[in-house]
Amino acid sequence: MDLPLIWFCLIGLLWAGYLVLEGFDFGVGALLPVLGRHDTPGLGEKRRRVMLATIGPHWDGNEVWLITAGGAMFAAFPHWYATMFSAFYLPFLFLLVALILRNMGLEYRSKRDDVQWRKRWDATIIGGSIAAPFLVGVALTNLVRGLPIDADFEFTGNLLTLLNPVSLLGGAVIVGLSLTNGAFFLALKTRGPIRDAAQALGWRLGAPTALGAVVLLSWLGFTQGTAWTWMLSVLAAVALVAALAFNHQGREGMAFVGVVITVAATTATYFVALYPAVMPTTLADGTSLTVTNASSSDLTLQIMTGAALVFTPIMLLYTTWTYWTFRKRLSVANIPDPVSVG
Amino acid sequence: MDAVDLARWQFAITTVYHFLFVPVTIGLSAIVAGFHTQWVRTHKPEYLRLTKFFGKLFMINFALGLVTGLVQEFQFGMNWSDYSRFVGDIFGAPLAFEALLAFFLESTFLGVWIFGWGRIPEKLHAASMWLVHIGTLLSAYFILAANSFMQNPVGYRFNPETGRAEMTDFVAILTNKVQLVTFPHVAASAYMVGGAVVMGVAFWLMRRTTDAEDDRLYRKAVRVGAVVALVSGLAVTITGDIQGKIMTEVQPMKMAAAEALYETTDNAPFSVLSIGPLDGSEATRIIEIPGLLSFLGTGDWNAEVEGINDLQISEAAMAAQVGEQYGPEVAALVTADDYAPVIPLTYWSFRLMMGLGFATMGIAALMLWVTRGNRTPSAKWWTTVALVTPLLPIFANSFGWIFTEAGRQPWVVYGLMTTNSAVSPSVSTTEIWVSMSVYTALYAALAVIEVKLFLTYVVRGAEPFVDPAELETDDEDAPLQFAY
Repeated sequence: MDLPLIWFCLIGLLWAGYLVLEGFDFGVGALLPVLGRHDTPGLGEKRRRVMLATIGPHWDGNEVWLITAGGAMFAAFPHWYATMFSAFYLPFLFLLVALILRNMGLEYRSKRDDVQWRKRWDATIIGGSIAAPFLVGVALTNLVRGLPIDADFEFTGNLLTLLNPVSLLGGAVIVGLSLTNGAFFLALKTRGPIRDAAQALGWRLGAPTALGAVVLLSWLGFTQGTAWTWMLSVLAAVALVAALAFNHQGREGMAFVGVVITVAATTATYFVALYPAVMPTTLADGTSLTVTNASSSDLTLQIMTGAALVFTPIMLLYTTWTYWTFRKRLSVANIPDPVSVG
Repeated sequence: MDAVDLARWQFAITTVYHFLFVPVTIGLSAIVAGFHTQWVRTHKPEYLRLTKFFGKLFMINFALGLVTGLVQEFQFGMNWSDYSRFVGDIFGAPLAFEALLAFFLESTFLGVWIFGWGRIPEKLHAASMWLVHIGTLLSAYFILAANSFMQNPVGYRFNPETGRAEMTDFVAILTNKVQLVTFPHVAASAYMVGGAVVMGVAFWLMRRTTDAEDDRLYRKAVRVGAVVALVSGLAVTITGDIQGKIMTEVQPMKMAAAEALYETTDNAPFSVLSIGPLDGSEATRIIEIPGLLSFLGTGDWNAEVEGINDLQISEAAMAAQVGEQYGPEVAALVTADDYAPVIPLTYWSFRLMMGLGFATMGIAALMLWVTRGNRTPSAKWWTTVALVTPLLPIFANSFGWIFTEAGRQPWVVYGLMTTNSAVSPSVSTTEIWVSMSVYTALYAALAVIEVKLFLTYVVRGAEPFVDPAELETDDEDAPLQFAY
């Protein structure tokens, strides 16, 4: 068995899982000011709390997909991890700040009954929920696009190298997909006016996202596409169109599945386009990192494979169980009074 | 400051800060799970009140431990890319295991616990906090296995073809003798922190309350916390003693640095305190116990303990030999100007670790004594004692880590790679200045917010008892028992 290839696929899966799962909780966070607004005093706040309650039991576990993706890259491809994380130094710093502020907001916003306090944390949740997927999109698109990497696997560019138009578009598309994902998730998990509002938002978010995604994936297809990447790109586009159609018919489950497939297929397009490189270089005298020259020893990969085979199913099992446990749709009626801590 | 100094400062700041919250998470999750189990078993209202009260404090603390942990994983690649390349084949696996086995468990079941009130069977609910606790312990095990490799590399070989260290035996890495004693030491220290938090908070509330039932509630918590702190303190002491002996064997320089012992000495003394620069010139030792360093290091009061000066020579020789064997590239990894750590730092952090730990045990014993029967001490200074109590073992943990990590310098992996050769070559000093400033400012602001919120919830005290059976309903519009 080709262990580096298996781990390349697993890491792709982890990133896809991350973008799908945290994608919808990013979307929910970013939509707070849109769907969590109401002219009736107090109702906007209750709506925001409904939205946060839908992701409450899940967002923390969703974020572990990112940590696991990072850990798996470190363990299976130390050079990939080392080159990528040091190359994306400032974007990853901002990503961490965004995640930190957002997580703190989710945990702390409702711990005091104080308008100012909640407003400030709402701002960190909204800002973090937009900035984080944007930065992840920029980073992953830069990977596929190629970076100036020298023969010692060291990145020789700077922050401006990373802020190229295609990568910025990649960031915007990931944000758009997260927003759409979040809207469909909310339509699936809520009752009453908020559900209708989320559904109505689907088209307005999904259409521009689809447009951006088509441009992005076409660029990818024309610059480094293969039959496989084209197929996956088409799948992503078709799934998104289907999701919007299902949403229009009020079939929320299918709409959500559609957008999940889009996010997963987009991620897969990226990884298939990369292979067999993991970080292609744009320098003539540089060396691309590949699944072969960046990987760990066979023994390490064997041990990791064994552990993944045993523990991934267990993890998936209890994760699925939590989604089942908290499957009930929520509405403003389910929201208790705020805690009386001033 | 150059890139290495900056990256080290950043690592020190972010890691020490992260580990202020980690022991609270480990220790408090066990105690909350214990209270919750007692509630399920006895249905005595006091246990539910304690579960919910300390559960809230746990969540306020957990949030910061989680977010600062994110930085930890990214930091190896961002600031220490050459380290990650050199030992990634070994060091990466425990981190991946930690994420897959521990973080998923911890995060998922904490979500279940927080939002599970009234939504899952009560036994399963209590079990989910135990699963969170098991997650914290698994996480500690894997990250400590990775750290133990840095203290005492085992289960690897240097591969000249790839120019890096590669794993040869994963079991050896997980059962490193340093690991086998470090894990219980760290876990017990965390329980001590959990005990001290419960004891200090409850003691403060007990002295304030005028309600007889609340008095009984907090008194119970004080005594539970004190017993946990005392018993785990004993475990910390025993494991710490074993650790000292293993350290003397595998990292003799660290033991010499703990005492600022420059000359190899028989019947080496241990100074409780000293005045002076600790640079090998004459320092005035205050209260010196003859032979105690020999005993701590070897178990024999008369044994010889190697001094820093001799160890400098032997470590330089060891490095030179490695360099000769594998050529100039590897020689660059193991060559340092000075093979001794910063002595005042190791000397004082070692004493502060032990002193604060023993002080915690002393306070725990004292609190058990003064709360016996239905007694409550009235002297005002007890307020200060109660508030300071949780901080003592937390800082003891910090100093323990400062000693462990600073005492290993100049090595990042003992005998294998110096810290100087571990930083990211492609990252500029400006970038590290930026990240260090951002983390420091952000962490400082979050600390203020966290402490304020924590104290707000402490002052509020335990909520009155509401029987969950009365809240059970099939009404789909029923309010959630917990929501953000």
